[in-house]
Amino acid sequence: MSWLLRHVQSLLSSAGHLARAPIATLFTVVVMGMALALPLGLDVLVRNVRNATGDFSGAIGISVYLKTNVPESRAQQLLKNTRERNGVRSATLITATAALAQFRKQSGFGAALDALEDNPLPHVLAITPAAGSSDPAAIENLRRYLQSWPEVETVQLDGDWVARFNAILALLRRLLLLAAGLLGLGVVAVVGNTIRLEIQNRRAEIEVTKLVGGTNAFVRRPFLYTGALYGLLGGLCAFVVVAVALWLLAPFAQRLAQTYGSSFALQGPALRDLGILLGAGTLLGWVGAWLAAGRHLARIEPGT
Amino acid sequence: MITFSAVAKRYRNGREALGNVSLHIPPGEMVFLTGRSGAGKSTVLKLIALLERPTRGQVLVGGENTGKLAARRIPAFRRKVGVVFQDHRLLADRPVFDNVALPLIVAGSALKEIDKRVRAALDQVGLLGSERQLPAELSVGEQQRVGIARAIVSRPPVLIADEPTGNLDPQLASEVMGLFRRLNEVGVTILVATHDLHLVRESGLREIVIENGRVAGDEGSLVLPIIEARR
Ligand SMILES: Nc1ncnc2c1ncn2[C@@H]1O[C@H](COP(=O)(O)OP(=O)(O)O)[C@@H](O)[C@H]1O
Ligand SMILES: [Mg+2]
Repeated sequence: MSWLLRHVQSLLSSAGHLARAPIATLFTVVVMGMALALPLGLDVLVRNVRNATGDFSGAIGISVYLKTNVPESRAQQLLKNTRERNGVRSATLITATAALAQFRKQSGFGAALDALEDNPLPHVLAITPAAGSSDPAAIENLRRYLQSWPEVETVQLDGDWVARFNAILALLRRLLLLAAGLLGLGVVAVVGNTIRLEIQNRRAEIEVTKLVGGTNAFVRRPFLYTGALYGLLGGLCAFVVVAVALWLLAPFAQRLAQTYGSSFALQGPALRDLGILLGAGTLLGWVGAWLAAGRHLARIEPGT
Repeated sequence: MITFSAVAKRYRNGREALGNVSLHIPPGEMVFLTGRSGAGKSTVLKLIALLERPTRGQVLVGGENTGKLAARRIPAFRRKVGVVFQDHRLLADRPVFDNVALPLIVAGSALKEIDKRVRAALDQVGLLGSERQLPAELSVGEQQRVGIARAIVSRPPVLIADEPTGNLDPQLASEVMGLFRRLNEVGVTILVATHDLHLVRESGLREIVIENGRVAGDEGSLVLPIIEARR
Protein backbone atom coordinates (compact mmCIF):
# COMPACT_ATOMS: atom_id res chain seq x y z
CA MET A 1 0.00 0.00 0.00
CA SER A 2 2.69 2.47 0.98
CA TRP A 3 4.61 1.23 -2.05
CA LEU A 4 1.72 2.16 -4.29
CA LEU A 5 1.31 5.46 -2.49
CA ARG A 6 4.94 6.31 -3.05
CA HIS A 7 4.58 5.66 -6.78
CA VAL A 8 1.47 7.80 -6.95
CA GLN A 9 3.36 10.55 -5.11
CA SER A 10 6.22 10.33 -7.62
CA LEU A 11 3.78 10.46 -10.50
CA LEU A 12 1.99 13.50 -9.10
CA SER A 13 5.23 15.27 -8.37
CA SER A 14 6.46 14.56 -11.91
CA ALA A 15 3.21 15.88 -13.34
CA GLY A 16 3.63 18.94 -11.14
CA HIS A 17 7.12 19.55 -12.53
CA LEU A 18 5.81 19.37 -16.09
CA ALA A 19 2.94 21.72 -15.30
CA ARG A 20 5.30 24.26 -13.73
CA ALA A 21 7.20 24.62 -17.02
CA PRO A 22 4.30 24.52 -19.51
CA ILE A 23 6.13 26.02 -22.49
CA ALA A 24 9.12 23.70 -22.29
CA THR A 25 6.79 20.75 -21.71
CA LEU A 26 4.58 21.72 -24.64
CA PHE A 27 7.60 22.02 -26.89
CA THR A 28 8.89 18.56 -26.03
CA VAL A 29 5.42 17.03 -26.29
CA VAL A 30 4.80 18.58 -29.73
CA VAL A 31 8.15 17.40 -31.06
CA MET A 32 7.38 13.89 -29.83
CA GLY A 33 3.83 14.14 -31.14
CA MET A 34 5.09 14.95 -34.63
CA ALA A 35 7.53 12.05 -34.54
CA LEU A 36 4.77 9.65 -33.49
CA ALA A 37 2.16 11.18 -35.84
CA LEU A 38 4.15 10.39 -38.97
CA PRO A 39 4.01 6.58 -38.74
CA LEU A 40 0.38 6.68 -37.62
CA GLY A 41 -0.50 9.01 -40.52
CA LEU A 42 1.23 6.72 -43.00
CA ASP A 43 -0.51 3.69 -41.55
CA VAL A 44 -3.93 5.30 -41.74
CA LEU A 45 -3.18 6.37 -45.30
CA VAL A 46 -2.22 2.85 -46.37
CA ARG A 47 -5.33 1.47 -44.70
CA ASN A 48 -7.50 3.97 -46.51
CA VAL A 49 -5.94 3.19 -49.87
CA ARG A 50 -6.59 -0.51 -49.30
CA ASN A 51 -10.17 0.30 -48.38
CA ALA A 52 -10.64 2.47 -51.43
CA THR A 53 -9.43 -0.22 -53.78
CA GLY A 54 -11.28 -2.97 -51.96
CA ASP A 55 -9.87 -6.34 -51.19
CA PHE A 56 -8.72 -7.51 -54.56
CA SER A 57 -7.04 -10.70 -53.52
CA GLY A 58 -9.77 -12.71 -55.28
CA ALA A 59 -9.69 -10.56 -58.36
CA ILE A 60 -6.79 -12.33 -59.99
CA GLY A 61 -7.79 -14.87 -62.52
CA ILE A 62 -6.09 -16.78 -65.30
CA SER A 63 -7.95 -17.45 -68.51
CA VAL A 64 -6.48 -20.28 -70.55
CA TYR A 65 -7.67 -20.18 -74.19
CA LEU A 66 -7.32 -23.58 -75.80
CA LYS A 67 -6.69 -24.03 -79.48
CA THR A 68 -9.97 -24.24 -81.43
CA ASN A 69 -9.20 -27.75 -82.64
CA VAL A 70 -9.03 -29.18 -79.12
CA PRO A 71 -12.07 -31.40 -78.54
CA GLU A 72 -14.24 -30.97 -75.45
CA SER A 73 -13.21 -34.33 -74.02
CA ARG A 74 -9.57 -33.23 -74.07
CA ALA A 75 -10.57 -29.93 -72.47
CA GLN A 76 -12.30 -31.84 -69.66
CA GLN A 77 -9.09 -33.84 -69.22
CA LEU A 78 -7.05 -30.64 -68.98
CA LEU A 79 -9.52 -29.23 -66.45
CA LYS A 80 -8.99 -32.27 -64.28
CA ASN A 81 -5.19 -31.92 -64.56
CA THR A 82 -5.43 -28.25 -63.67
CA ARG A 83 -7.53 -28.89 -60.61
CA GLU A 84 -4.98 -31.37 -59.34
CA ARG A 85 -2.11 -28.98 -59.65
CA ASN A 86 -0.73 -27.18 -56.58
CA GLY A 87 -1.38 -23.48 -56.51
CA VAL A 88 -4.81 -23.69 -58.07
CA ARG A 89 -7.71 -22.80 -55.86
CA SER A 90 -10.48 -23.47 -58.35
CA ALA A 91 -10.90 -24.02 -62.03
CA THR A 92 -13.91 -24.23 -64.31
CA LEU A 93 -14.30 -25.04 -67.95
CA ILE A 94 -16.28 -22.72 -70.14
CA THR A 95 -16.97 -24.83 -73.19
CA ALA A 96 -17.18 -23.22 -76.59
CA THR A 97 -20.88 -24.12 -76.76
CA ALA A 98 -21.64 -22.50 -73.41
CA ALA A 99 -19.62 -19.44 -74.31
CA LEU A 100 -21.48 -19.08 -77.60
CA ALA A 101 -24.84 -19.48 -75.90
CA GLN A 102 -24.00 -16.78 -73.42
CA PHE A 103 -22.65 -14.50 -76.07
CA ARG A 104 -25.85 -15.02 -78.10
CA LYS A 105 -27.97 -14.09 -75.09
CA GLN A 106 -25.97 -11.06 -74.04
CA SER A 107 -25.02 -9.53 -77.35
CA GLY A 108 -28.30 -9.75 -79.25
CA PHE A 109 -26.44 -10.92 -82.33
CA GLY A 110 -28.48 -14.14 -82.32
CA ALA A 111 -29.45 -14.08 -86.00
CA ALA A 112 -25.95 -13.26 -87.15
CA LEU A 113 -24.49 -16.06 -85.07
CA ASP A 114 -26.97 -18.53 -86.51
CA ALA A 115 -25.38 -17.85 -89.86
CA LEU A 116 -22.09 -19.26 -88.66
CA GLU A 117 -21.45 -22.83 -89.55
CA ASP A 118 -18.88 -23.62 -86.91
CA ASN A 119 -18.55 -22.28 -83.42
CA PRO A 120 -15.58 -19.87 -83.71
CA LEU A 121 -15.02 -19.75 -79.95
CA PRO A 122 -12.43 -21.91 -78.14
CA HIS A 123 -12.88 -23.78 -74.88
CA VAL A 124 -11.59 -21.69 -71.99
CA LEU A 125 -10.30 -22.78 -68.57
CA ALA A 126 -11.05 -20.13 -65.95
CA ILE A 127 -8.59 -20.55 -63.08
CA THR A 128 -8.40 -18.82 -59.71
CA PRO A 129 -4.89 -19.25 -58.36
CA ALA A 130 -4.47 -20.08 -54.66
CA ALA A 131 -1.65 -17.59 -54.23
CA GLY A 132 -3.78 -14.49 -54.62
CA SER A 133 -2.41 -11.08 -55.40
CA SER A 134 0.20 -11.11 -52.71
CA ASP A 135 2.47 -13.57 -54.46
CA PRO A 136 3.10 -12.50 -58.05
CA ALA A 137 5.94 -14.98 -58.50
CA ALA A 138 3.70 -18.01 -57.85
CA ILE A 139 1.16 -16.73 -60.32
CA GLU A 140 3.81 -16.16 -62.94
CA ASN A 141 5.00 -19.74 -62.42
CA LEU A 142 1.51 -21.09 -62.93
CA ARG A 143 1.06 -18.98 -66.04
CA ARG A 144 4.28 -20.29 -67.56
CA TYR A 145 3.32 -23.87 -66.76
CA LEU A 146 -0.06 -23.52 -68.43
CA GLN A 147 1.47 -21.81 -71.43
CA SER A 148 3.72 -24.81 -72.01
CA TRP A 149 0.84 -27.15 -72.82
CA PRO A 150 0.57 -27.92 -76.57
CA GLU A 151 -3.23 -27.52 -76.49
CA VAL A 152 -3.01 -23.98 -75.18
CA GLU A 153 -3.32 -21.00 -77.52
CA THR A 154 -2.82 -18.17 -75.02
CA VAL A 155 -2.86 -17.60 -71.30
CA GLN A 156 -4.26 -14.33 -70.09
CA LEU A 157 -3.77 -12.85 -66.65
CA ASP A 158 -6.69 -10.80 -65.39
CA GLY A 159 -6.22 -8.17 -62.71
CA ASP A 160 -2.45 -8.36 -62.52
CA TRP A 161 -2.40 -4.62 -61.81
CA VAL A 162 -3.78 -5.52 -58.40
CA ALA A 163 -0.69 -7.56 -57.71
CA ARG A 164 1.51 -4.68 -58.70
CA PHE A 165 -0.52 -2.30 -56.60
CA ASN A 166 -0.34 -4.61 -53.64
CA ALA A 167 3.39 -4.86 -54.05
CA ILE A 168 3.56 -1.09 -53.79
CA LEU A 169 1.39 -1.14 -50.69
CA ALA A 170 3.60 -3.81 -49.17
CA LEU A 171 6.61 -1.61 -49.88
CA LEU A 172 4.85 1.32 -48.25
CA ARG A 173 4.16 -0.73 -45.15
CA ARG A 174 7.78 -1.81 -44.99
CA LEU A 175 8.74 1.84 -45.27
CA LEU A 176 6.28 2.60 -42.52
CA LEU A 177 7.90 0.12 -40.19
CA LEU A 178 11.29 1.61 -40.95
CA ALA A 179 9.99 5.13 -40.34
CA ALA A 180 8.33 4.03 -37.10
CA GLY A 181 11.60 2.48 -35.92
CA LEU A 182 13.68 5.55 -36.74
CA LEU A 183 11.18 7.98 -35.32
CA GLY A 184 10.87 5.81 -32.21
CA LEU A 185 14.61 6.22 -31.74
CA GLY A 186 14.09 9.94 -32.24
CA VAL A 187 11.48 9.99 -29.49
CA VAL A 188 13.86 8.14 -27.16
CA ALA A 189 16.58 10.69 -27.96
CA VAL A 190 14.28 13.69 -27.41
CA VAL A 191 13.09 12.39 -24.05
CA GLY A 192 16.62 11.37 -23.09
CA ASN A 193 17.91 14.85 -23.78
CA THR A 194 15.05 16.54 -21.96
CA ILE A 195 15.60 14.32 -18.94
CA ARG A 196 19.35 14.98 -19.07
CA LEU A 197 18.69 18.73 -18.85
CA GLU A 198 16.22 18.19 -16.06
CA ILE A 199 18.72 16.13 -14.10
CA GLN A 200 21.24 18.97 -14.46
CA ASN A 201 18.66 21.49 -13.28
CA ARG A 202 17.77 19.43 -10.24
CA ARG A 203 21.31 18.53 -9.32
CA ALA A 204 21.18 20.11 -5.88
CA GLU A 205 17.99 18.25 -5.07
CA ILE A 206 19.49 14.95 -6.22
CA GLU A 207 22.61 15.49 -4.11
CA VAL A 208 20.62 16.29 -0.99
CA THR A 209 18.29 13.35 -1.59
CA LYS A 210 21.25 10.98 -1.84
CA LEU A 211 22.83 12.61 1.19
CA VAL A 212 19.85 11.81 3.41
CA GLY A 213 19.87 8.20 2.22
CA GLY A 214 17.84 8.22 -1.00
CA THR A 215 18.59 5.15 -3.11
CA ASN A 216 19.41 5.39 -6.81
CA ALA A 217 16.01 3.86 -7.53
CA PHE A 218 14.29 6.52 -5.45
CA VAL A 219 16.16 9.33 -7.19
CA ARG A 220 15.52 7.81 -10.60
CA ARG A 221 11.80 7.22 -10.16
CA PRO A 222 10.46 10.76 -10.75
CA PHE A 223 12.54 11.06 -13.91
CA LEU A 224 11.17 7.78 -15.25
CA TYR A 225 7.65 9.02 -14.57
CA THR A 226 8.47 12.31 -16.24
CA GLY A 227 9.72 10.48 -19.34
CA ALA A 228 6.67 8.23 -19.42
CA LEU A 229 4.37 11.24 -19.04
CA TYR A 230 6.12 13.00 -21.90
CA GLY A 231 5.59 9.89 -24.01
CA LEU A 232 1.94 9.60 -23.03
CA LEU A 233 1.26 13.24 -23.86
CA GLY A 234 3.29 12.92 -27.09
CA GLY A 235 1.14 9.94 -28.12
CA LEU A 236 -2.02 11.89 -27.38
CA CYS A 237 -0.69 14.82 -29.37
CA ALA A 238 0.12 12.53 -32.32
CA PHE A 239 -3.39 11.08 -32.29
CA VAL A 240 -4.97 14.53 -32.28
CA VAL A 241 -2.70 15.70 -35.12
CA VAL A 242 -3.62 12.73 -37.32
CA ALA A 243 -7.32 12.90 -36.46
CA VAL A 244 -7.47 16.61 -37.26
CA ALA A 245 -5.49 16.20 -40.47
CA LEU A 246 -7.85 13.47 -41.69
CA TRP A 247 -10.87 15.49 -40.67
CA LEU A 248 -9.54 18.34 -42.80
CA LEU A 249 -8.87 16.03 -45.75
CA ALA A 250 -12.13 14.09 -45.58
CA PRO A 251 -14.32 16.45 -47.68
CA PHE A 252 -11.74 16.50 -50.49
CA ALA A 253 -11.44 12.74 -50.49
CA GLN A 254 -15.21 12.41 -50.61
CA ARG A 255 -15.50 14.79 -53.55
CA LEU A 256 -12.80 12.87 -55.37
CA ALA A 257 -14.54 9.57 -54.65
CA GLN A 258 -17.86 10.94 -55.89
CA THR A 259 -16.37 11.81 -59.26
CA TYR A 260 -15.57 8.09 -59.59
CA GLY A 261 -19.07 7.20 -58.41
CA SER A 262 -17.61 5.63 -55.29
CA SER A 263 -19.11 5.94 -51.84
CA PHE A 264 -15.67 5.73 -50.27
CA ALA A 265 -15.21 7.81 -47.12
CA LEU A 266 -11.88 8.56 -45.44
CA GLN A 267 -11.46 6.59 -42.22
CA GLY A 268 -9.82 8.38 -39.29
CA PRO A 269 -7.51 6.67 -36.79
CA ALA A 270 -9.27 4.08 -34.67
CA LEU A 271 -9.53 3.89 -30.90
CA ARG A 272 -7.15 0.97 -31.09
CA ASP A 273 -4.58 3.30 -32.69
CA LEU A 274 -4.94 5.62 -29.73
CA GLY A 275 -4.20 2.72 -27.39
CA ILE A 276 -1.15 1.70 -29.38
CA LEU A 277 0.13 5.28 -29.59
CA LEU A 278 -0.29 5.94 -25.89
CA GLY A 279 1.33 2.63 -25.05
CA ALA A 280 4.23 3.07 -27.46
CA GLY A 281 4.74 6.71 -26.46
CA THR A 282 4.79 5.85 -22.77
CA LEU A 283 7.19 2.98 -23.32
CA LEU A 284 9.56 5.04 -25.49
CA GLY A 285 9.46 7.92 -23.01
CA TRP A 286 10.24 5.54 -20.18
CA VAL A 287 13.14 4.00 -22.09
CA GLY A 288 14.56 7.42 -22.99
CA ALA A 289 14.36 8.56 -19.37
CA TRP A 290 15.82 5.30 -18.14
CA LEU A 291 18.82 5.62 -20.46
CA ALA A 292 19.42 9.26 -19.50
CA ALA A 293 18.97 8.57 -15.79
CA GLY A 294 21.32 5.61 -15.96
CA ARG A 295 24.00 7.72 -17.61
CA HIS A 296 23.71 10.91 -15.60
CA LEU A 297 22.35 10.09 -12.16
CA ALA A 298 25.13 7.78 -11.09
CA ARG A 299 27.64 10.59 -11.59
CA ILE A 300 25.89 12.87 -9.13
CA GLU A 301 27.08 12.15 -5.62
CA PRO A 302 26.80 14.41 -2.59
CA GLY A 303 29.88 15.78 -0.93
CA THR A 304 33.02 17.50 -2.23
CA MET B 1 30.37 4.74 17.84
CA ILE B 2 32.97 6.38 15.60
CA THR B 3 36.47 4.98 15.29
CA PHE B 4 39.26 6.15 12.97
CA SER B 5 42.32 3.85 12.79
CA ALA B 6 45.35 5.34 11.03
CA VAL B 7 43.16 7.01 8.44
CA ALA B 8 44.65 8.82 5.48
CA LYS B 9 42.65 10.60 2.80
CA ARG B 10 44.04 11.72 -0.51
CA TYR B 11 41.59 13.47 -2.85
CA ARG B 12 41.46 12.62 -6.50
CA ASN B 13 43.51 15.71 -7.35
CA GLY B 14 46.38 14.27 -5.31
CA ARG B 15 45.87 16.60 -2.33
CA GLU B 16 46.43 14.75 0.96
CA ALA B 17 43.83 16.12 3.39
CA LEU B 18 44.45 13.63 6.21
CA GLY B 19 47.82 12.03 6.95
CA ASN B 20 47.27 9.67 9.84
CA VAL B 21 44.21 10.15 12.00
CA SER B 22 43.17 7.89 14.83
CA LEU B 23 40.32 8.77 17.14
CA HIS B 24 37.49 7.16 19.00
CA ILE B 25 34.15 8.63 19.99
CA PRO B 26 32.01 6.40 22.21
CA PRO B 27 28.22 6.30 21.86
CA GLY B 28 26.38 9.22 23.44
CA GLU B 29 29.37 11.57 23.54
CA MET B 30 29.43 15.08 22.15
CA VAL B 31 32.77 16.18 20.75
CA PHE B 32 34.14 19.27 19.02
CA LEU B 33 36.50 19.13 16.09
CA THR B 34 38.64 22.24 15.82
CA GLY B 35 41.55 23.45 13.79
CA ARG B 36 42.39 26.07 11.17
CA SER B 37 40.72 26.33 7.88
CA GLY B 38 42.16 23.65 5.59
CA ALA B 39 43.30 21.46 8.51
CA GLY B 40 41.02 18.59 7.48
CA LYS B 41 37.94 18.95 9.71
CA SER B 42 35.42 18.71 6.89
CA THR B 43 37.28 15.74 5.49
CA VAL B 44 36.87 13.88 8.81
CA LEU B 45 33.12 14.57 8.71
CA LYS B 46 32.83 13.53 5.05
CA LEU B 47 34.48 10.23 5.90
CA ILE B 48 31.93 9.66 8.66
CA ALA B 49 28.95 10.50 6.44
CA LEU B 50 30.41 8.30 3.71
CA LEU B 51 30.60 11.19 1.30
CA GLU B 52 34.19 10.05 0.83
CA ARG B 53 36.02 6.81 1.53
CA PRO B 54 39.40 6.60 3.27
CA THR B 55 42.48 6.11 1.13
CA ARG B 56 44.21 4.19 3.91
CA GLY B 57 43.18 2.99 7.36
CA GLN B 58 39.73 2.20 8.70
CA VAL B 59 36.67 4.27 9.47
CA LEU B 60 34.10 2.50 11.63
CA VAL B 61 30.72 4.11 12.20
CA GLY B 62 28.14 2.21 14.23
CA GLY B 63 30.11 -0.97 13.57
CA GLU B 64 30.15 -0.50 9.79
CA ASN B 65 33.48 -0.28 7.97
CA THR B 66 32.79 2.55 5.54
CA GLY B 67 35.69 1.60 3.29
CA LYS B 68 34.21 -1.82 2.62
CA LEU B 69 30.50 -0.99 2.46
CA ALA B 70 28.88 -2.09 -0.81
CA ALA B 71 27.46 0.76 -2.90
CA ARG B 72 23.91 -0.51 -2.59
CA ARG B 73 24.12 -0.35 1.20
CA ILE B 74 25.29 3.26 1.31
CA PRO B 75 21.75 4.77 1.39
CA ALA B 76 20.79 2.71 4.45
CA PHE B 77 24.05 3.73 6.11
CA ARG B 78 23.50 7.44 5.44
CA ARG B 79 20.07 7.29 7.07
CA LYS B 80 21.83 6.54 10.33
CA VAL B 81 23.99 9.67 10.17
CA GLY B 82 22.42 13.13 10.32
CA VAL B 83 24.44 15.86 8.60
CA VAL B 84 24.27 19.61 9.18
CA PHE B 85 26.14 21.91 6.78
CA GLN B 86 27.30 25.45 7.23
CA ASP B 87 25.42 26.44 4.06
CA HIS B 88 22.51 24.27 5.28
CA ARG B 89 21.83 22.92 1.76
CA LEU B 90 18.08 23.34 1.80
CA LEU B 91 16.03 22.97 -1.38
CA ALA B 92 15.07 26.53 -2.23
CA ASP B 93 11.91 25.64 -4.15
CA ARG B 94 10.40 23.46 -1.41
CA PRO B 95 8.66 24.63 1.71
CA VAL B 96 10.16 23.95 5.12
CA PHE B 97 7.94 20.92 5.67
CA ASP B 98 9.10 19.16 2.49
CA ASN B 99 12.75 19.94 3.26
CA VAL B 100 12.55 18.46 6.73
CA ALA B 101 10.45 15.48 5.54
CA LEU B 102 12.97 14.40 2.87
CA PRO B 103 14.90 11.84 5.00
CA LEU B 104 11.60 10.21 6.01
CA ILE B 105 10.25 10.21 2.44
CA VAL B 106 13.34 8.47 1.07
CA ALA B 107 13.06 5.92 3.87
CA GLY B 108 9.47 5.22 2.84
CA SER B 109 7.79 6.27 6.08
CA ALA B 110 4.01 6.43 6.25
CA LEU B 111 2.42 9.85 5.71
CA LYS B 112 1.03 10.08 9.25
CA GLU B 113 4.42 9.22 10.70
CA ILE B 114 6.08 11.83 8.47
CA ASP B 115 3.64 14.49 9.58
CA LYS B 116 4.16 13.67 13.25
CA ARG B 117 7.94 13.52 13.11
CA VAL B 118 8.41 16.65 11.02
CA ARG B 119 6.34 18.61 13.53
CA ALA B 120 8.33 17.13 16.40
CA ALA B 121 11.63 18.06 14.74
CA LEU B 122 10.46 21.59 13.94
CA ASP B 123 9.25 21.95 17.51
CA GLN B 124 12.69 20.93 18.76
CA VAL B 125 14.38 23.67 16.73
CA GLY B 126 11.68 26.19 17.68
CA LEU B 127 10.18 26.54 14.20
CA LEU B 128 6.79 24.95 14.61
CA GLY B 129 4.39 26.96 12.45
CA SER B 130 6.85 27.64 9.62
CA GLU B 131 6.00 24.48 7.69
CA ARG B 132 4.62 26.21 4.60
CA GLN B 133 7.29 28.90 4.32
CA LEU B 134 10.05 28.74 1.72
CA PRO B 135 13.65 28.76 3.03
CA ALA B 136 14.26 32.17 1.46
CA GLU B 137 11.49 33.65 3.61
CA LEU B 138 13.40 32.71 6.77
CA SER B 139 16.38 34.36 8.47
CA VAL B 140 19.81 32.73 8.21
CA GLY B 141 19.55 31.39 11.74
CA GLU B 142 16.14 29.91 11.03
CA GLN B 143 17.41 28.31 7.81
CA GLN B 144 20.24 26.73 9.78
CA ARG B 145 17.73 25.36 12.25
CA VAL B 146 15.62 23.91 9.43
CA GLY B 147 18.81 22.17 8.31
CA ILE B 148 19.23 20.78 11.82
CA ALA B 149 15.60 19.66 11.90
CA ARG B 150 16.18 17.76 8.66
CA ALA B 151 19.29 16.12 10.14
CA ILE B 152 17.48 14.92 13.26
CA VAL B 153 14.01 14.16 11.90
CA SER B 154 14.68 10.48 11.37
CA ARG B 155 16.37 10.29 14.80
CA PRO B 156 19.77 9.09 13.60
CA PRO B 157 22.10 7.79 16.34
CA VAL B 158 24.93 9.95 14.96
CA LEU B 159 24.80 13.65 14.14
CA ILE B 160 27.66 15.52 12.50
CA ALA B 161 27.72 19.26 11.91
CA ASP B 162 30.21 21.21 9.80
CA GLU B 163 30.59 24.76 11.09
CA PRO B 164 26.90 24.97 11.97
CA THR B 165 27.35 28.34 13.65
CA GLY B 166 29.68 29.85 11.06
CA ASN B 167 27.05 32.20 9.68
CA LEU B 168 25.33 33.01 12.96
CA ASP B 169 25.74 35.82 15.45
CA PRO B 170 26.89 34.78 18.97
CA GLN B 171 23.35 34.78 20.34
CA LEU B 172 22.03 32.43 17.61
CA ALA B 173 25.22 30.36 17.78
CA SER B 174 24.79 29.63 21.44
CA GLU B 175 21.13 28.78 20.83
CA VAL B 176 22.15 26.22 18.24
CA MET B 177 24.75 24.81 20.62
CA GLY B 178 22.12 24.52 23.30
CA LEU B 179 20.02 22.55 20.84
CA PHE B 180 22.89 20.14 20.18
CA ARG B 181 23.43 19.71 23.93
CA ARG B 182 19.77 18.76 24.40
CA LEU B 183 19.98 16.24 21.55
CA ASN B 184 23.11 14.83 23.13
CA GLU B 185 21.32 14.48 26.44
CA VAL B 186 18.79 12.13 24.82
CA GLY B 187 21.63 9.93 23.58
CA VAL B 188 22.68 11.17 20.15
CA THR B 189 26.41 10.93 19.43
CA ILE B 190 27.45 14.34 18.11
CA LEU B 191 30.55 15.62 16.36
CA VAL B 192 30.69 19.35 15.62
CA ALA B 193 33.44 20.90 13.49
CA THR B 194 33.94 24.55 14.36
CA HIS B 195 36.54 27.24 14.71
CA ASP B 196 34.50 29.11 17.31
CA LEU B 197 36.88 28.33 20.19
CA HIS B 198 34.91 30.49 22.55
CA LEU B 199 31.88 28.21 22.25
CA VAL B 200 34.04 25.14 22.71
CA ARG B 201 35.67 26.42 25.87
CA GLU B 202 32.34 27.51 27.25
CA SER B 203 30.92 24.04 26.76
CA GLY B 204 33.67 22.26 28.62
CA LEU B 205 33.26 19.30 26.26
CA ARG B 206 35.91 17.15 24.68
CA GLU B 207 37.77 18.76 21.80
CA ILE B 208 39.81 17.10 19.09
CA VAL B 209 42.23 19.45 17.38
CA ILE B 210 43.18 18.73 13.77
CA GLU B 211 46.30 20.26 12.33
CA ASN B 212 47.63 19.57 8.84
CA GLY B 213 45.63 16.39 8.56
CA ARG B 214 46.71 14.98 11.91
CA VAL B 215 45.27 14.91 15.40
CA ALA B 216 47.21 17.55 17.28
CA GLY B 217 45.27 17.41 20.53
CA ASP B 218 42.58 15.39 22.23
CA GLU B 219 41.41 14.84 25.79
CA GLY B 220 39.23 17.88 26.08
CA SER B 221 39.78 21.58 26.64
CA LEU B 222 42.22 21.01 29.51
CA VAL B 223 44.93 19.94 27.11
CA LEU B 224 44.45 22.77 24.69
CA PRO B 225 46.34 25.49 26.56
CA ILE B 226 49.42 23.27 26.60
CA ILE B 227 49.28 22.75 22.84
CA GLU B 228 48.76 26.44 22.27
CA ALA B 229 51.68 27.23 24.54
CA ARG B 230 53.90 24.96 22.46
CA ARG B 231 53.14 26.85 19.25
N1 LIG C 1 36.97 17.67 -2.71
C1 LIG C 1 38.27 18.01 -2.52
N2 LIG C 1 39.15 17.80 -3.51
C2 LIG C 1 40.42 18.14 -3.34
N3 LIG C 1 40.93 18.67 -2.23
C3 LIG C 1 40.11 18.91 -1.21
C4 LIG C 1 38.72 18.59 -1.31
N4 LIG C 1 38.14 18.92 -0.14
C5 LIG C 1 39.11 19.41 0.65
N5 LIG C 1 40.29 19.40 0.00
C6 LIG C 1 41.57 19.84 0.57
O1 LIG C 1 41.82 19.06 1.68
C7 LIG C 1 42.36 19.86 2.73
C8 LIG C 1 41.48 19.76 3.96
O2 LIG C 1 40.26 20.37 3.65
P1 LIG C 1 39.03 20.37 4.64
O3 LIG C 1 38.83 18.98 5.16
O4 LIG C 1 37.89 20.99 3.96
O5 LIG C 1 39.55 21.31 5.81
P2 LIG C 1 38.73 22.16 6.87
O6 LIG C 1 37.33 21.71 6.87
O7 LIG C 1 39.43 21.89 8.16
O8 LIG C 1 38.86 23.58 6.45
C9 LIG C 1 42.42 21.29 2.20
O9 LIG C 1 43.76 21.54 1.78
C10 LIG C 1 41.51 21.28 1.02
O10 LIG C 1 41.98 22.13 0.02
MG1 LIG D 1 35.59 22.78 6.40
